[in-house]
Amino acid sequence: MTDVVVPADARCEGALATLRRGLRMMPEFRRGLPATFALALLATAGRVVVPIAVQQVIDRGLADGGADMELITRLVALCAVVVLITAVAVYRMNLRLFRTTETALAGLRVRAFRHVHDLSVLHQQGERRGSLVSRVTSDVDQLSTFMQWGGVLGLISLGQLVVATAVMAVYSWQLTLLVLLCFVPLGIAVRWFAQRLATAYGVVRERVGDVLGAVAESVVGAPTVRAYGVGARTAGRIDTAIDRQYRAQVDAQKVTAAVFISGEFVAALANAAVVVVGVLLGLAGDITAGTLVAFLFLVTLFVAPVQTASEVLNEAQNAVAGFRRVLDVIDTAPDVRDPAVAAPERARNLPDRPLGVRFDGVAFRYAPGARLALDDVSLTIDPRRRVAVVGETGSGKTTFAKLVTRLMDPVEGTVLLGSDDGGWVPLDEVAFSSLRARVVMVPQDGFLFDATVADNVRYGRPGMTDAEVAAAFDDLGLDAWVAGLPDGVATAVGQRGESLSSGERQLVAIARAYVADPDLLVLDEATSAVDPATEQRLTRALDRLTDGRTTLTIAHRLSTAERADEVLVVDAGHVVQRGTHAELVDVDGPYARLHASWRRSSAGSAAAAG
Amino acid sequence: MARRRDAVVRRGLRHVGRGIVEQPRMFTLAVLGSSLYGAMTVASAYVIGEVTDRVLLPSFDDGVTTATALSLAAAAIVGVALLKIVGILGRRLFAGIMSYRLQAEYRRRVTRQYLRLPLSWHQRHPTGQLLSNANSDVEASWYFVAPLPFAVGALVMIAITSVALVLTDPLLALVGLVVFPLVFLVNIVYSQVMSPRMQRAQQLRAEVSEIAHESFDAALVVKTLGRESAESERFGARAEELRDGLIAVGRVRGLFDPLMEALPNLGTLAVLLIGAGRVADGSTDAGELVSIAYLFTLLALPIRAIGWVLADLPRALAGFDRVTPVLEATGETPYGPDAAAVVTGGATVGVAGVDFAFADASAPTLRGVTFDVRPGTTVAVVGPTGSGKSTLAGLLVRLVDPADGTVLLDGVDVRRLREGEVSGQAAFVAQGTFLFDDTVRGNVTLDEPFSDEQVWAALRVAAADEFVAALPDGLETRVGERGATLSGGQRQRLALARAVVRRPRLLVLDDATSAVDPSVEARILDALRDSDEPATVVVIAYRQATISLADEVVWLEQGRVLARGSHEQLLGEVPGYAALVRAYAQAEVPA
Repeated sequence: MTDVVVPADARCEGALATLRRGLRMMPEFRRGLPATFALALLATAGRVVVPIAVQQVIDRGLADGGADMELITRLVALCAVVVLITAVAVYRMNLRLFRTTETALAGLRVRAFRHVHDLSVLHQQGERRGSLVSRVTSDVDQLSTFMQWGGVLGLISLGQLVVATAVMAVYSWQLTLLVLLCFVPLGIAVRWFAQRLATAYGVVRERVGDVLGAVAESVVGAPTVRAYGVGARTAGRIDTAIDRQYRAQVDAQKVTAAVFISGEFVAALANAAVVVVGVLLGLAGDITAGTLVAFLFLVTLFVAPVQTASEVLNEAQNAVAGFRRVLDVIDTAPDVRDPAVAAPERARNLPDRPLGVRFDGVAFRYAPGARLALDDVSLTIDPRRRVAVVGETGSGKTTFAKLVTRLMDPVEGTVLLGSDDGGWVPLDEVAFSSLRARVVMVPQDGFLFDATVADNVRYGRPGMTDAEVAAAFDDLGLDAWVAGLPDGVATAVGQRGESLSSGERQLVAIARAYVADPDLLVLDEATSAVDPATEQRLTRALDRLTDGRTTLTIAHRLSTAERADEVLVVDAGHVVQRGTHAELVDVDGPYARLHASWRRSSAGSAAAAG
Repeated sequence: MARRRDAVVRRGLRHVGRGIVEQPRMFTLAVLGSSLYGAMTVASAYVIGEVTDRVLLPSFDDGVTTATALSLAAAAIVGVALLKIVGILGRRLFAGIMSYRLQAEYRRRVTRQYLRLPLSWHQRHPTGQLLSNANSDVEASWYFVAPLPFAVGALVMIAITSVALVLTDPLLALVGLVVFPLVFLVNIVYSQVMSPRMQRAQQLRAEVSEIAHESFDAALVVKTLGRESAESERFGARAEELRDGLIAVGRVRGLFDPLMEALPNLGTLAVLLIGAGRVADGSTDAGELVSIAYLFTLLALPIRAIGWVLADLPRALAGFDRVTPVLEATGETPYGPDAAAVVTGGATVGVAGVDFAFADASAPTLRGVTFDVRPGTTVAVVGPTGSGKSTLAGLLVRLVDPADGTVLLDGVDVRRLREGEVSGQAAFVAQGTFLFDDTVRGNVTLDEPFSDEQVWAALRVAAADEFVAALPDGLETRVGERGATLSGGQRQRLALARAVVRRPRLLVLDDATSAVDPSVEARILDALRDSDEPATVVVIAYRQATISLADEVVWLEQGRVLARGSHEQLLGEVPGYAALVRAYAQAEVPA
């Protein structure tokens, strides 16, 4: 239905293709569409019936000076009934349309949401998260708003255009041809208009973003702006952005107005042409006066949808563009797929033994052509070992963790889990249900949900009672900390856990991993400094969490490296050293250098302090 | 309930008045345009009627016509349409300009307040809220202005029509007097029924968005605990609520739309029925009947514009209610009359009996803090989380003022200094590095006339010269919003260069070196201290390396200065200090 409001330009192909793709993806959208369309045609009857009534009254009711009141009353009553029926038809059509589109869009929204969780871009490019959120929010919202407004308008307009043309043709095919001829230039120009509109509104959107950025300076940068006394400079930058936005908005408004008035102008030309040609045709005996008057009404009916089209043109383009973005997300193939779904015959569960990790010639790069983040790594970590992975920022240690948890797959080589006695299973054959139950990662910042402490812990094992959660905290030696919370484990943590300190958020994240009870733990250590009391609790809780489990820690603190059974030193994508802290610290090499840098930053007095 | 509705209408009208008073010219022009449009819409109906009466019917009756008559008819139709187009242009352009100008003006006012209001006010308001105050709330406040002139024009049109109807035929006028108020009434009922449903849908949209944000932020947890399906269910439940909310909105719209269309149609039919009788008894003629019938079909849309304005008013008021507190907030930092007493050499800093408390805090952040810093020396302020270190740093450069006590710069109370004096003497690098969406140069100079050599020298001191030189456009490279294209360490180094280039007499670093190498930090401090006129430096520090660079350490605990002295002294004498330094040393970041 949107093809009536989308112009026949280059976008049209894209728009139609988008719609086809969308319909394929949302069969519920198509269900009942013919019936809805039939109702739309019926809906137009109400609009056509009034001009017909006018014509009939003039031609027949008011013929030869007198008024045939009986005929007129019957006619008017009949038309009134049609108008009412039409109203009911429109109501029914609206309901059907709203229900199917909203249901379909809700389905689309949830599917896109589910799919985004399967995309690695979510954890690899944090800065793109915002745009992914808008895929399942504003893009779908825009579609829904458009469907409730433009969709109905478009549907009725299309019907009206068809019916008006048909009725016009019945009255006079010559005049119909004339009207169509008048609109040909507009039909051609619409394509150009559409491009101008798209460009103008594109600029507006960009300027809106600029204003937001400039305003953010005065809010986020308030301390800096104040400390450097550059308020006037910031004010100037904001004013410039606001002015540019204003100018872009006015420009866009001009284009919109131009589109609208050209419709109006063509309509007037068509009217004038119909009067002139109509009279001439009438003189030739082809049409009656009533027919001509009715035809003038019909021309307005024909013009209205064209004007509506110019109104919804821009919204339609935006909606289709949003639709395309949502569909693109869903159509993006996930990099990592659950073998239980992708290849059920190959899917396996992990052996029911303590898990070790094996890398066999593993290489990874984040994008084609990018440098290798890990390069030909082969190693084995025995079950129940606590291993610390250290290295400079960008050395590849985080990549290590993401490969073990299968957040992504290596470009070369194989990652295997298992043990010599239980057998080794390639990670890409392990069913997610088994993998996620046995291997758990504790990310850097903990990531708490806006719920209670207990809810957040339960996330690791759904269905636990508050008492069980409290018991888990006891096990980790955190009972005193829990007791100090205002409502114990029922304390709300606020958005992203903001009512807790960063150290406390980590405590909850540790408890969450503890109740999940994995065999293999992957810890991405937090870098932020924590106060001493929390630091002590963290150390104790981590000791109990890792007890008896294979643990891979992405270490940012050398104290962690010192306590580990083994240290892996990663540098430029290679494992360059391996051994205990004691073995490595005195050997000239990357680890010793890291250690020295740590000692330097402690200025040699760490020993005095510790 | 009724009273509250009255209040909304009254406040709404006052808000409309505010917009008109702010942009009287644009409003007048837009209303003129709209009135012209309205008048020409009515006129076009009359033209059709007149053409029917004078050209069409005579021609058909007589079987002849003249070229003059036909041209006149065509010219009349096109001429009226051209005037109508002028009206549309005026209405659309000026209404748009009025709305956009109001938005721009209020955005300017709101952001001026952000720059004027003290940091303590900023700290009380979440960033997201302030951003949406300046953006979506301002937009919501003035969005209704766009259809406002159209609505006013519609009123004009109805007035003209009513007069014309009464003059033509009082009986037919009666039909209009029934139909128009009815359309208006239906409109009002519509906005009343719609607005709570719209609000609910808006609320649900926000909730859906919140879940998406939270869930995507927590992607690692969701994924590694295999909870994608559970998350989808959580999201899906709210998405379904939103769907139901939107269907509820659609049901109202779906009912009212056809109703609003049927009413003028029924009016036209009524006109035909009554008018035919009037034609029969000679009170009116067929041409007038056609005009009036035509008019009814044309009036339906403009009348609805009144409904659009009414429907948008509650949203506008809600938006404006959120903007008003910002515009009315007071607490501008008052500046004194004095110039700085000393302009060369390291500054003398004095803090005397300073108390400070946040507005909503139960306990004061700082209590009776007193210490001084001799010119050219470096003092480290150390203390556990929440001891008030950052607040103290902000006080020194007058980001905030103490509730009690004084902060002295070269012996002068900073509140007595003129605007710009403190920032002229002191540089401050905040904990969360802030970069402007500008070039590297712009971020370092902040548009002050520093030479390229000075900028590069500052970058060198901050160990930022190498990476800046490697950037595609060197100093002219844009760093993106808040420096998004740079790493945390690079951002911090640029912020340090910004402070260094000014050769401040006082440098306050609020944990601003966490992401740079200790040797860089030492180099920065050395550069500032080794000159002929060494700067005074106050650092809020966690790292041993930083602390060891200080001549003296001030130990802050629960808002009080509990000890001061050299690092070694405090290690020996203050158990809390020793424990803290040890804990941080253990937690040290190796890379």
